Order: sequence, then structure tokens, then C-alpha cells
Amino acid sequence: MHEMGIAEQLVQIAMDAIPKDMDDPRVKILNLRIGKLASVVEHSLTFCFEIITKDTPLENVRLVIESVPVKIHCKSCHKEWETDSPMFKCPDCKEGEVEMISGREIEITSMELADD
Amino acid sequence: MEINIRKRVLEKNETDADQNRAFFKEKNVFVLNMMSSPGSGKTETLCKTLVHLMPDIRVGVIVGDVCTTNDADRLSVTRAKVTQINTDQFGGDCHLAAHLIDASARQLGCDDLDLLIVENIGNLVCPAEFDIGEDARAVVLSVTEGEDKPLKYPLMFQVADIAILNKVDLLPYLEFDAALAVDNMKKVHPGMPVFEISAKTEQGFGPWLEWLRQRVKEKTAR
Ligand SMILES: Nc1nc2c(ncn2[C@@H]2O[C@H](COP(=O)(O)OP(=O)(O)OP(=O)(O)O)[C@@H](O)[C@H]2O)c(=O)[nH]1
Ligand SMILES: [Mg+2]
Ligand SMILES: [Zn+2]
Repeated sequence: MHEMGIAEQLVQIAMDAIPKDMDDPRVKILNLRIGKLASVVEHSLTFCFEIITKDTPLENVRLVIESVPVKIHCKSCHKEWETDSPMFKCPDCKEGEVEMISGREIEITSMELADD
Repeated sequence: MEINIRKRVLEKNETDADQNRAFFKEKNVFVLNMMSSPGSGKTETLCKTLVHLMPDIRVGVIVGDVCTTNDADRLSVTRAKVTQINTDQFGGDCHLAAHLIDASARQLGCDDLDLLIVENIGNLVCPAEFDIGEDARAVVLSVTEGEDKPLKYPLMFQVADIAILNKVDLLPYLEFDAALAVDNMKKVHPGMPVFEISAKTEQGFGPWLEWLRQRVKEKTAR
């Protein structure tokens, strides 16, 4: 729902990472990691990118998104497991408090610049 | 040419939230972040709750109603210190970011407060992502919504410390299965306390008030 804000932040981070001494830099690819439970809809994000990167070094950038699975840790028996459903009850001890150890990421890992 | 970056988008918000936490600690104020879909009864629950807590507990409220002053007006009647949030770009159409809470908390002044409640923007998605430096998060679900809400918005119910099932006065007129709703909350968040209340009749208020008083006491007793 706040993809525009997220897109703006991502663009800011990418712009800051472009070497200052490059003239006419072009960012071809942005590599992102987005957790399955992060509230980011991929096509909305792509759409927002198209709008805000016009006439910038990121125009027509391709977003390569690695989707990060939801991983849960049980605080009482220390089991760790991945899940696709929102049922986070520990399959072993059934009662432990759980914490999410991945699945909420919204991050840039790297970007690829056009060679000249 | 490949450039490594490795940066999280919410890094800035997390830093801001940590600063808020330090500020609230220094001021000895317990901070509760209240979240729900629009209309679940956050404001009504607060209006009734504050009457019981004050004046023993000194309460301030930050309201995230971005379009009107209705909620702030309703809450002002309780004589709690109330301030309305002013939003900006990356701050808040659908959630309240930490830096906005910082500005409002300072404007409100926390020296004479024991409890600061933030009524977040009505939305079960975005507020779950944004740490504001709170001590506890409460999610409100009302019986006029679906029993499956916790499964549809698992992040919210997972990050919440407690849940409130509100409007139970309406249960006789609805087909809502309260036990199923609570069960779904506990599937997403095993062990989470759930308070079944009616903000209208104050049914079930005892355990909820007790929980809140206890948490405020733990934080402020120092
Ligand atoms: N019957 C009944 N109605 C309630 C109860 N709690 C709230 N309401 C009504 O539900 C409507 C919405 O309540 P609010 O307290 O404004 O809800 P909110 O979560 O603050 O809404 P937003 O700030 O717009 O997201 C109002 O008309 C309330 O009077 C309750 O326990 N029982
Ligand atoms: Mg309200
Ligand atoms: Zn376990």
C-alpha cells in the first residue's frame, strides 16, 4: 500500500550508491530482496518505479526481485521452519512463543551499471 | 559494473524508532501503539478506557487521523492530552512513521505523562511494518469484520503483543464465531493475550484495564 514511498526510498539508496565520478551513469538492474510477508506488491512497485525514474539514471531499470520465504523460530524448543501458510504454531511443541526470523525484508542487495 | 549495496529500506525508520525508545525511557512513559482496520473501535475503546485510568495514570494520546479532527475532538472530552499527527511524504497516509511520532511526542511533552497511546491510521497492513519506538502493540479486531482477518493479515497479528476483540455486544445479532476468530489469532501468534470487550457497554473491560495498568506500572516504577 505504500509502494510509492518504498520506491522513493529505493531510488534514493541507489542514487547515493552511484560513484560520483561517473558521467552519464545508467543503472540497468536493481537486485532486491523482498520478504513474502512484507506489504509490497511487485507490480505496484514496478509501476511506481516507472513513474519516478523518468529522466534519471534509473530510467528503464529492471527490478530483479528475490522473494524471501517466511522463516519461524520457536522460542521454547528452538525449532526453525519455513512456511507458506500464516499458521505459525510450532509443529513440535505446539505451544511455544514464536518469532519471525525472515520474511519481512525490503532491501537492495546490489545494482548493475551499464559499462559506459 | 556491479555495485554491492545491501541496505534495508526501513533502516532509517528503525534508527528513528530507537531514538524514540530512548526518549520514552528517559521520560518514564509507557507507549502503546494501537492498530486496526478503519472503524474497529480504536477511538471508542480509548475514550472509555481513559476515563477509568485517569487521573491515577496520566495519559496522552497521539491520533493518526489524517483527514479530520473528529477523533481528536472525541478524545479531548476525556481531558487526556491529545495531539493530532501531521503527516508528510514518507510518513503517513497509510501508517505513522517513527519520525512523526517523535515530533508529536515532543510537541505534546512527555514530562507529565505515564502513558502515551498512539492511535495509528486505520489499516491492517502498513502500520505493522513501522516500529515507532513503542513498548507494546495492540491490534483491535471487531466482530463486524471476518473471523479470517488474522489469517489474511498475519504480519499485523504476529507483531502485536495483545489483541482486542471489540464490539462483542453485537454478537447476538451476527453470525460471527468469536471462538474461531480468537483461534485464528492464536494460530498466527501462539500465546498472545486476547481481550474480548465491548467499548460500547464496557463488557470485558476488567482484564484489559488490568493488563494496561500493570504494564504502565512496570515501566514507570523506577
Ligand atoms: N456496537 C458497538 N459499536 C461500537 C463499539 N466500538 C465502537 N463502535 C462504533 O463503531 C464506529 C467506529 O468506531 P471508532 O472508535 O471511531 O473506530 P476507529 O477504529 O477509531 O476508526 P478509525 O479511526 O476511523 O480507523 C463508531 O460508530 C462507534 O460508535 C462497540 O463496542 N459496540
Ligand atoms: Mg479513530
Ligand atoms: Zn516449539
